[in-house]
Amino acid sequence: MSFLPYAVAAWLLLIGLYGVVTSRHLVHLIVCLTVVQSSSYVLLLAIGYRTGAEAPIYKDIPPETPVVDPVVQALTLTDVVVEATVAALLLALAVQAQKRFGTVDPDEIATLKG
Amino acid sequence: MAVLTALPVGLPLLVAAALAATATLVRLRRVADVLAIATALAVTVICVVLLVRSTEETMVYWFGGWQPRDGIALGISFTIDPVSAGLAAFAGLLMSAALIVSWRHFGSVGQVFHALMLVFLAALVGFALSGDLFNMFVFFELMSISAIVLTGYEIDERPAINGSLNFAITNTIGGFLVLSGVALIYGRTGALNLAQIGETLAQGTPDGLVIVAFTLMVAGFFVKSAVVPFHFWLADAYAVAPTSVCILFAGVMSELGLYAVARIYWTAFSGVLGPHEVELQVILVGVGIVTALLGAVMCFLQHQLKRLLAFANVSFVGLFLIGIGLLTSEGLAGTAVYVLGDGLVKASLFVCVGILQHQHGRLDEMSLRGLGRDLPFTGLVFVVGGLALASLPPFGTFLGKSMLKEAALEQGYAWVLVLATLASILIGGAVLRVAGRVFLGWDPETTPDRLSEQADQDTEAEMENEPEMEKARNRTPKFLFVPALGLLLMGLAVGLVPGLAEAAQEAAARFLDHHSYIATVLYDLPTEGGQPAGTTHTYTTSDFLYAVVSTGGAIALALLTLFSHRLPQRTKRRSLAAVWEAGSYRLRALHSGHPGDYVAWLTLGVAVLGVLLALTLR
Repeated sequence: MSFLPYAVAAWLLLIGLYGVVTSRHLVHLIVCLTVVQSSSYVLLLAIGYRTGAEAPIYKDIPPETPVVDPVVQALTLTDVVVEATVAALLLALAVQAQKRFGTVDPDEIATLKG
Repeated sequence: MAVLTALPVGLPLLVAAALAATATLVRLRRVADVLAIATALAVTVICVVLLVRSTEETMVYWFGGWQPRDGIALGISFTIDPVSAGLAAFAGLLMSAALIVSWRHFGSVGQVFHALMLVFLAALVGFALSGDLFNMFVFFELMSISAIVLTGYEIDERPAINGSLNFAITNTIGGFLVLSGVALIYGRTGALNLAQIGETLAQGTPDGLVIVAFTLMVAGFFVKSAVVPFHFWLADAYAVAPTSVCILFAGVMSELGLYAVARIYWTAFSGVLGPHEVELQVILVGVGIVTALLGAVMCFLQHQLKRLLAFANVSFVGLFLIGIGLLTSEGLAGTAVYVLGDGLVKASLFVCVGILQHQHGRLDEMSLRGLGRDLPFTGLVFVVGGLALASLPPFGTFLGKSMLKEAALEQGYAWVLVLATLASILIGGAVLRVAGRVFLGWDPETTPDRLSEQADQDTEAEMENEPEMEKARNRTPKFLFVPALGLLLMGLAVGLVPGLAEAAQEAAARFLDHHSYIATVLYDLPTEGGQPAGTTHTYTTSDFLYAVVSTGGAIALALLTLFSHRLPQRTKRRSLAAVWEAGSYRLRALHSGHPGDYVAWLTLGVAVLGVLLALTLR
């Protein structure tokens, strides 16, 4: 198993975090957050991957065929659903921020100090 | 019995779905209120029944009947022992109180609010009962999402948007850290069930992967429980959340984060990391101390009441982390009792603050000066609550602290007690100072410092524009006094119930016994009863000495702050005061309200924690 998927996962994590920290626009920040999240998808799928294995659907293939791990795929799907919810929620908050502050710059939204 | 096990999660979810579905059809506010409170009470009762049953034997419920075969668990389980059932029952109790508080607290709550609260309850209970790592993540996220929406419920206010955004962004990353840890552990062990992970990991050595996974999960749960430096979001969220939501946040949400750390350590990691227990102890206690002190100092510096209590919560999380970090059953038992006592008292204080906000439409200590004179009973509850936070006997906090003290002494952490007492003095002092200023109108001369002045102007302007607050001012919320007093009395009762300390000891001993956990979950063997509590807990003279020092210190500190302008000014004191002011200004400036800053601290925290664990655990 190549180490490449893990490197991609680590890269996505770091670049996403960098984006979140330096972002000047809430929508951009939320997209960066989804980049961080996609790191976990890559990680999960990489963990379950087996070279030369089939998709885990035993309808047309003999039962002894090696397949990739279906559990991590289920986890990834659950994760995608969870993250879609979070992203939708955050975007709704961004819309509210635009309405109430007239801006989506995190610098100007930061009113809770000290 | 089996149905009963899944019910405390299923029932609130069903009722929540029904309430949300009918939200636009029926507008019967009272029906929703009654239904939600009844559901929360039912969950509490079921969890208490589970708690009683589980004291005899740890119960395992496999969803869909997917029992493990030959020690391989493919199914998903709820594993119910006294600690998890106790926490779930506590969540149910606080939720009932919170829903009662919201009964008449704000005019605009719709059915959606009740639905959200019940989803939140289901997540809290599910998180506590889950015996499966991935399900813990799912409940973690469900908890976050419902809590974020509840935080921003009064979305028309600008601070509410800021607070819930910060909460959402940091906790999403926290959830991501947990999931990455889960993924790595699954890659190593091929298991998601905690017991099976523990069994598999124990056969290996603590290599890089195990340490990285442990770091990621612990850091993720630390975000939820607001351990320094992952704590920044918490004060922002508490400052804007409705009072009833604050009750749950302060009482049980942070504690569940720590519970998760304890749970995954003892079920999954103690086998493999066990040989390095001493190093881990140092790290956890160290982080706990930093959290306790920073939280206490920040608490003392606050003038916004909910924010002040939020930092008190951070400080207590630090104390609880010390208790868990001692890695002994005594420490865990002390923490469990402390969590109960402290959670109830803090909830009561939040209700008092809610009454003030309701009555006067503001939350700032300075602008509330003297306005609380017409609420003498609320003031009394507030003062007693402040003293209870400084561990006044015989409150639950006193019992918890006394147990924690014994556990710390046993492990040679006597110096921790001095720092913990200092934190208690600062927190108690801050709460009593507020009481003196708001309910008695003392200290008419001080002017607020620069940072809070500026922030207060913002919130004050915000409040003035708030029509709901204006309306609220006309109604006297006498009804709210009942839950405030009730919660405080329950906090008192925690310290007085005979046998609670011993029961906690027994529960904690069972919690730590991972061999018997694995045997029960994977091989369906009956639990060997936790070692019977050999000694009954008795107070020593030093317990009372500590209590006198911390409550006396808190009173002295509050009086000193309130009347410092009457003391003769000396140059030496002035320079000291200047240093204090400069330092505190810097410290407060770190809490910038900027989500990017918070994530930067979070990243740094993960890195430092990872390096510390990697250096010591290999």
